[in-house]
Amino acid sequence: MLVEDVMRVNLITLKPEDSVLDALQKAKENRIRHLPVVEGDRLAGIVSDRDLRDAKPSIFVPEDLDLLKAKKVKDIMKANIITAHPLDSVDEAARILYEHKIGCLPVIKDEKLVGIVTETDLLRSLVELMGATNPGSLITIEFVDRPGILADVSGIIKNYGININSVFLRKSKKKPGHTLLSMRIATIMPEHIVSEIKKAGFTVTWPMDGGI
Amino acid sequence: MAGKGVYIYSHEFLDYKFSQQHPFNPLRLKLTTELLEAAGLLQPEDIVQPNYAALDQLELVHDPLYIEMVQAAGLTGTASGKALSYGLGTGDNPIFRGMHHAASLVVGATIKAAELVMENKVQHALNIGGGLHHAQFDKASGFCIYNDAAAAIAWALQKYKARIMYIDTDAHHGDGVQWLFYNNPEVLTVSIHESGTYLFPGTGSIDELGIDRGAGYSINLPLEPYTHDTSYIECLEDLLVSITKRFKPDLIISQNGCDNHFLDPLAHLSLTTRALREIPQLTHNLAHEYCEGRWVAVGGGGYDIWRVVPRAWAMVWAEVANRPLPIDMPSTWLHKWQEVSPVRLPEKMDDDPGDYPLNPKHKDISEKNKLSLLRLKKNLII
Repeated sequence: MLVEDVMRVNLITLKPEDSVLDALQKAKENRIRHLPVVEGDRLAGIVSDRDLRDAKPSIFVPEDLDLLKAKKVKDIMKANIITAHPLDSVDEAARILYEHKIGCLPVIKDEKLVGIVTETDLLRSLVELMGATNPGSLITIEFVDRPGILADVSGIIKNYGININSVFLRKSKKKPGHTLLSMRIATIMPEHIVSEIKKAGFTVTWPMDGGI
Repeated sequence: MAGKGVYIYSHEFLDYKFSQQHPFNPLRLKLTTELLEAAGLLQPEDIVQPNYAALDQLELVHDPLYIEMVQAAGLTGTASGKALSYGLGTGDNPIFRGMHHAASLVVGATIKAAELVMENKVQHALNIGGGLHHAQFDKASGFCIYNDAAAAIAWALQKYKARIMYIDTDAHHGDGVQWLFYNNPEVLTVSIHESGTYLFPGTGSIDELGIDRGAGYSINLPLEPYTHDTSYIECLEDLLVSITKRFKPDLIISQNGCDNHFLDPLAHLSLTTRALREIPQLTHNLAHEYCEGRWVAVGGGGYDIWRVVPRAWAMVWAEVANRPLPIDMPSTWLHKWQEVSPVRLPEKMDDDPGDYPLNPKHKDISEKNKLSLLRLKKNLII
């Protein structure tokens, strides 16, 4: 999955000469936390909810609307922004957000701002990846990894003529050296498949028999 | 006939049969009906014959192309290439001869139930053959070909402009009905089910609240696997009482899947007959309190057809007909069916509290359920 598949393209933007009050209102009305600042179609900077909070007077002082009107976006925006390209992979984008502890990446193509990817967009694509958008049942299998396990397990599922909606692999935290494979399979009755998988020598951690 | 409940039933319900081995076994309908007769709870005058749903009634909630596909598949009993993309011919929903007719009768029966109730011919009506809540606009899913409850809702909406509350207590999320009315503020769908994190179909999270004008009119309470009676009843009562009061329905349609029982092989909730009695009792009370008793009950899932389904749906009928259940299972019924049953049939109508010991993690489970309920109530906008 690429950044262009998950980015938002209908953008709410600011101009450098806009007032901080404009920025506050736009963020509030649209319930967003990141506002790109543009000159023409080029990115000049970004204003986040944190920049806006810093620019506002303390909550202990009455709000001075004139001051907020007088202050300009260009005075509080961050320049030198980390950006993404539409063809960056989503996992790359997620890693950048995570490593730099930031909440969004403006997407730049041909030196123009074409979109934005936020934490929220990445979370939404995670939900889609987990396959909960098509009816199916979860099965989770635990094993010591070796080549061909996925083929073995999906071979069993194939024999039942059942579709697989999603596949996830991760290292087990509870059992070091073990790997967990979670699949959403398109059936309301996974029981036969589960018992076949057990017969093939795998440990099935969900569904489990009679109690946690 | 007002004040009375009726039982919509036809022997042709038994034609809704995928195959000999398939877990969705219509024998459960016969077992339930004979149990009620043997217990003296069901008289010939209680039974109303259903009609087959007309095509235009099916088209209220289904794609005409999908209906054509079901008809064609039912004629030959074999799959064409395209059938699979309509969810037909899969392991869950195999094709069988006459499937269009069999599924149309179920829809006709639930529409009949809604008609009798809305025309004030009766107060309550039960169709144990109904509750096929997974069927989608253009797809068979989870053993469900046509969505009878959704068709009855759409039909009553069109004919009576009624506000309808749909309550689904099957172990699986009532996804088909929810998606068909997701943007409709006249239909409130409420589903209380085992969390989709674990169980089919995977949807039914707290955040699925409806869209556009229907925002707020879909309500989901996902519960933890191994949820037991006390936690279940607490959550159910709290949620249903508060939202029925706010929505003020003209008609309640309840789906009474009994795969939430601890013996059910397809799901992992751990209810006993204590909760299975409580569900229709609460629905019954709410119907009288908020919509002059107008209540249609349908069946649903339930795959322990010997020990669970007949007793569970007897409990629904006891409420619909307002007749108390006996303590013991009738001996004529036990004698007849014990010979065929692969498992020992229960001799009492109710489970013994000791039949299902509490799960070691029951405190965590109850706490998580309570938290889900709190989160849900915070999000409610109706």
